[in-house]
Amino acid sequence: MSASAIPHDSSAPLEPPVPTQKPIKTTGLHIGDAVPGCRKVDPILVVDNVRRTFGGLTAVDVEHVEVPRGAITALIGPNGAGKTTLFNLLTGFDKPDAGKWTFEGRSLSGVPAYKVARMGQIRTFQLTKALGLLTVMDNMLLGAKEQVGENLFRALLPFLWRNQEADNRVKALDLLTRFKLDAKKDDYAASLSGGQRKLLEMARALMSDPTLVMLDEPMAGVNPALTQSLLDHILNLKSQGMTVLFVEHDMHMVRHIADWVIVMAEGKVVAEGDPHEVMKDPAVIDAYLGQHHDEDIGEDSESETEHVSAVKELLDDER
Amino acid sequence: MLAILLLSLLTALTMATFSVSSANADEVGTEYDYTITGNVQFNGDALDGVAIALNGNGYRADTVTDADGKWAIGVPEKGTYKVTLDEDTLPDGVIVAKGGNVIEAEFGLTNRKSVNFFLGEGTRNTVNFFDQFVNRFVNGLNFGLLLALAAIGVSLIFGTTGLSNFAHAEMITFGALAALVLSVNLGLPIWLAILIAVVLSGGLGFGLDAVIWKPLRRKGVAVIPLMIVSIGLSLALRYLYQYFFGGSTSQLPGAGMRDLQFGPVSLSPIDLASMGISIVVLLAVAYFLLRTRIGKATRAVSDNPSLASASGIDVDNVIRIVWVVGAALAGLSGVLWAYFRPGVSWDMGFQMLLLVFAAVTLGGLGTAFGALVGSIIVGLFVELSTLWLPSDMKIVGALVILILVLLFRPQGILGRKERIG
Amino acid sequence: MDWGAIFGNAAVELISPTTAAYALAALGLAVHFGYTGLLNFGQAGFMALGAYGYAISILTFGFPVWGAFLVGVGASIVFALILGVPTLRLRADYLAIVTIAAAEIVRLLFTTNTFASVTGSANGLSGYKNEFAALNPLAPGRYGFGPFENNAYDTWLRIVAWSIVILAALLVWQIMRSPWGRVIKGIREDEDAVRALGKNVYAYKMQSLILGGVFGTIAGMIFALPRAVVPSNYQTTLTFFIYAILLLGGAATVLGPIIGSMIFWVLLSFFSGFVARAVEAGWLPFMTTVQGGQLRFILVGVAIMLIVIFRPQGIFGNKKELAFVR
Repeated sequence: MSASAIPHDSSAPLEPPVPTQKPIKTTGLHIGDAVPGCRKVDPILVVDNVRRTFGGLTAVDVEHVEVPRGAITALIGPNGAGKTTLFNLLTGFDKPDAGKWTFEGRSLSGVPAYKVARMGQIRTFQLTKALGLLTVMDNMLLGAKEQVGENLFRALLPFLWRNQEADNRVKALDLLTRFKLDAKKDDYAASLSGGQRKLLEMARALMSDPTLVMLDEPMAGVNPALTQSLLDHILNLKSQGMTVLFVEHDMHMVRHIADWVIVMAEGKVVAEGDPHEVMKDPAVIDAYLGQHHDEDIGEDSESETEHVSAVKELLDDER
Repeated sequence: MLAILLLSLLTALTMATFSVSSANADEVGTEYDYTITGNVQFNGDALDGVAIALNGNGYRADTVTDADGKWAIGVPEKGTYKVTLDEDTLPDGVIVAKGGNVIEAEFGLTNRKSVNFFLGEGTRNTVNFFDQFVNRFVNGLNFGLLLALAAIGVSLIFGTTGLSNFAHAEMITFGALAALVLSVNLGLPIWLAILIAVVLSGGLGFGLDAVIWKPLRRKGVAVIPLMIVSIGLSLALRYLYQYFFGGSTSQLPGAGMRDLQFGPVSLSPIDLASMGISIVVLLAVAYFLLRTRIGKATRAVSDNPSLASASGIDVDNVIRIVWVVGAALAGLSGVLWAYFRPGVSWDMGFQMLLLVFAAVTLGGLGTAFGALVGSIIVGLFVELSTLWLPSDMKIVGALVILILVLLFRPQGILGRKERIG
Repeated sequence: MDWGAIFGNAAVELISPTTAAYALAALGLAVHFGYTGLLNFGQAGFMALGAYGYAISILTFGFPVWGAFLVGVGASIVFALILGVPTLRLRADYLAIVTIAAAEIVRLLFTTNTFASVTGSANGLSGYKNEFAALNPLAPGRYGFGPFENNAYDTWLRIVAWSIVILAALLVWQIMRSPWGRVIKGIREDEDAVRALGKNVYAYKMQSLILGGVFGTIAGMIFALPRAVVPSNYQTTLTFFIYAILLLGGAATVLGPIIGSMIFWVLLSFFSGFVARAVEAGWLPFMTTVQGGQLRFILVGVAIMLIVIFRPQGIFGNKKELAFVR
């Protein structure tokens, strides 16, 4: 079931989704020049010499990168650049061949995924993992942390966890209302639309009050009516003091809400900086378009030629 | 056409149930309701004066075969008993050739159970360790090769459809049963019987895919329910075989041939033929998979069905071929297994199934070459472990190896890992 | 046609201790497979450990009933731990095969002649009922009515067996409504999602394996009490029958395993009684009584296939919550 569809005229380019308020960009995040691997004033995540190869293919080879605290950072790059692999490595879902990284100053190398999540780093997945066989409310309750009732023996004595469960329920309902999913709280998550499931996944991620929220392609597969709402929610995360790192292909969205952009290609970080500056970086243009580097990307409709939009569509289709 | 073949097979199997021999022999324990009987013969001659001892469930008895070679011991309850043939009472030059001189007899649903010892020519002698090792090694190779015939089918079926086919056991048994009926009941020469049995097995595979598996795939049934369907099918077929064939074990013609000596190794001509046939067939399968177009398509589908389909390969056709070839190989494996055990029975495939799965899992689910590698390893382990473990535990060695390998390499030896995200 | 006997014999199966044992084993499997999504095909191994653990403790070591019970449960927990370490990180298909292998190793260890002095090898063990009978508070005599009449020992056994089943059912019901149960159901559908929310998935799976395994072990003890402990009873086919019961009743339900077991045994008994008498009466001239017995199992196999294709949620299950049909 999808929300009301915006009539889509296939011959005209789509209106880029904009957040309802003009985002206040955070600046002054970096120290020195905006080069790949530059240091940040207040980094929350520091990555050093992380390498991951599959067979003979080097998927990730990042010398140094720092993610600034309290800001929205976008991780962009063409398909196969290693963005999701890097995500998997940082969140403990994959083991690197070498390297180390720290979160809030604590080393994360070798830490299993569930412990990383408990430390305050919550991630979402490219293919949404809203649990369809559970209700929306159950999904949310699952996201809460330090639940007494999740212990096998204490679970048998409801009086030990009843109150905490009730508190979690209140918090969940509050979040669901904010994400406009409260009416569906007792429905099975499988009955939600794709975009609603993305929202659920994000809402669920917030149940544990994370410090760093890592979103893997939050816009993928979401219909245009919901992207606006998603953008607003991501901006809200920042206003509540959380740090956001997200992977995206949608340049318009990146330009609108990202404070900082990290560009990856072929496993390496090729550029970093303010969204507008980064788009003009020749290294970035090369990474995306190869020999068509005289075309600009992410600019508004009047300079878009047909084959650039075709390439953009291809980039989107390849997911 | 298929219906006629199946119908004639069913009729033949029904006729097989009428070949029962019962006689009043030298009876001990006649006061009891349940009897264990046997008939000791060698080369068509009845052997009398052979001592048979029985014990189990707190009861012991012994007897001696009569002039017709027959013996019977009454037992107080239905259960499992150990029956021992005293080899010292056999005439010179005759020994228990295969299966050992101690047999476990378990009652089925009837009040009589027959036990047959497998006699052959030979002399008992003790052998040194190296000779034993080589002997077991070769036997292990023989077993591993016939295991591989079944395992390749299981692995390819898994790779192309995702199904862990528990009913493969019954496709193995089918080959042996068909060969038995064709050769013993219909009197065909054994080579022809085996050939027809293999063809019929392929037909069974075709039929099963057409009637059960393809419609379920169309319906979009997921992998775990499919596996459970195969378990139900396996159960139904196994008891269907018992329904028509009974609980006893029969022999294929030529099963009692004398061993030849090749240095420390003693093999019967049947063992040699078995290994030869296995190797030739496996080479043919390898050629098929590596060199022919359809073989390459099969490997592609087994590796990644959706990608193969997107490249224009007719996946349904490939799957159909996999079922036919896999079932035919299973049938052949069943015939060879019948010569190796030796014996044809309703549950012979099921007894082998765990080892087939162990071999496939060890080698990596979905790869044919993994199945081959896994089978050889399992075969060798099963036979070689008898040098150190008691023979009734010989399967345990192979199973433990399976578990250990999966500990360190969950995808098997040649299998491949999966990515997250 | 003695319909009275046919129906009577079938009705008795409703409360027989074998039915209770199968119900308990199926309840354990519900925890494993229905709720957690663990494809445990080694439940027969857990049952064997219970039966042998109890019998050997009483016969060889002379433990009292409580001691023997604890030994069985202890063996079960150890087996679950040993089984869990290599298998819980495996994919579903691999897990199924490895659990069958583990259960067969257990059975072969009990069958081998090497340990015959303790295990009785292929013959098994018997003569361990007295200690349990000694606990019986009922005076000797007959209890019950009609076909449900039994002597004091059999009645005591039924009371104990079904009490355990009811307790186990309540435990499962309670725990699956709790946050622990919620994590388990999440794991069933998608482990990585649950992991990303900070839950130690491996620990939960191990707990589930132990819980369901202990149920299987106690079921094995109940199964062994009215009969002897014989290793050939604990082959893989036993696990398959328990799966049949579980799927019939509803894999992720509490009532399912219990009602499923009752229906299974009642129908099996009815069918065999009917066919046996029909053959005797000459209604089925092409069949022998032996074949009638085999026909039952052919039908069980066909029933498993039909249930899983057309009604995978069983009688009591909820289709919307079914994880294994994805």
